[in-house]
Amino acid sequence: MAHEHKLEIFRGLLKFKSNTQKIWAVLVFLTIVTAVEVALGISKPDVLTGNSILGMKVLNWIFIVLTLLKAYYIAWDFMHLRDEKKSLRRAIVWTPVFLVAYLAFILLVEGNYIYSVFKDGFVTWNF
Amino acid sequence: MDSTITTGTEENVWGGGKRPLEASYGKLMMWFFLVSDALTFSGFLASYGFSRFKFIETWPIADEVFTHVPFFHGNYPMIYVAFMTFILIMSSVTMVLAVDAGHRMKQNGVILYLFLTIIGGAIFVGSQAWEWATFISGDYGAVETRGGRILQFVKADTGERAALADFAKTIPSERVKHERNNGIWFYNEGYQPSYSLNEVLEGFNANSNILVRTETINTEGDKTLLSRQESLAKIQDASQVVEGANLVHNEYGSRLFADFFFFITGFHGFHVFSGVMINLIIFFNVVMGTYQKRGHYEMVEKIGLYWHFVDLVWVFVFTFFYLV
Repeated sequence: MAHEHKLEIFRGLLKFKSNTQKIWAVLVFLTIVTAVEVALGISKPDVLTGNSILGMKVLNWIFIVLTLLKAYYIAWDFMHLRDEKKSLRRAIVWTPVFLVAYLAFILLVEGNYIYSVFKDGFVTWNF
Repeated sequence: MDSTITTGTEENVWGGGKRPLEASYGKLMMWFFLVSDALTFSGFLASYGFSRFKFIETWPIADEVFTHVPFFHGNYPMIYVAFMTFILIMSSVTMVLAVDAGHRMKQNGVILYLFLTIIGGAIFVGSQAWEWATFISGDYGAVETRGGRILQFVKADTGERAALADFAKTIPSERVKHERNNGIWFYNEGYQPSYSLNEVLEGFNANSNILVRTETINTEGDKTLLSRQESLAKIQDASQVVEGANLVHNEYGSRLFADFFFFITGFHGFHVFSGVMINLIIFFNVVMGTYQKRGHYEMVEKIGLYWHFVDLVWVFVFTFFYLV
């Protein structure tokens, strides 16, 4: 069991005296991120919904980035991956990341293709 | 055994006789399970993305579906789901604190924090049950066309959604629910909407203030509102009244949305429920002092990993189901 904790987050920007303190700080951070997400989700600023990058709204990219950020802190500090050996950490993180990125890419491209088939009117589905 | 190790293997991490990852067998197996479970959830979420991209122009807008908060009336999109997210993150924190107390061999600390974690999990599961019930019973009601599309109703003057009860006429009719004791015993008619299609159509034709809203999302990101003329033409396609959502009909729009909602949040809710049960078992073990006698609280650490994983999955479900 890894008994020593690395007591810093944000690449050493914030350092803590005890593990408990670090946990509360991570909670505060996660809560702020969730609050920002909900605020954006309710207000939906026109600047962010009007423009898109790579075919997706800027707002949705922001949501995905914030989600990955939250996932990072949950895995690193709550599941204490930060304290594990690098080889274990990499095996746990990169295996699903690779497989999920591949699956998402394949399915989304395919879904988009079916959408275009429906749209081009060769199939009647809305009658 | 020292005698079997030849010289040189001490430098070799994977040469045997060592723990190359410095993690116990139990913890490694928990990680194995979590990685495979993560792939299962990813499969669900990716297929949700597939279906959504397929019907990208007609997919329901989550803000308009999940608008209720218990004990409060009115339109509060996202608020309750955000609360649920916070509850789950909070119970994750108490779980880390329990693990931390376990490292320092403080039995009472573990008892307290594990108890709080269980309470948090129970609140979350209860909230999800409430969310399901609200979703199933429905909001305003709608009609379904022959092609399986949903037509919703809007009041022309205020722009607010119109419930079926606002305009449907009450026409006395002979239609009675079929029950097993009348006629064919194995055929049981389940659910009947509170208004017949005829009553809705009559009410719609009589009330010029009601417009039809289709599933199609326009360039502003809102559902398309038809004019009164177009509405009168469109309503002719209606084939049945839909109230609420189930696996076959869904008043909020695409039925796939309801299917994925039940499947993904249901699977996640089942994980939370199992987590609460496992936490309870470990909690009783802690109270009885099992781990104090054993000399370490690694069991708490292992269920902690599972519990955080459930939280982690919810973060993704929250984003892809409610926000994006």
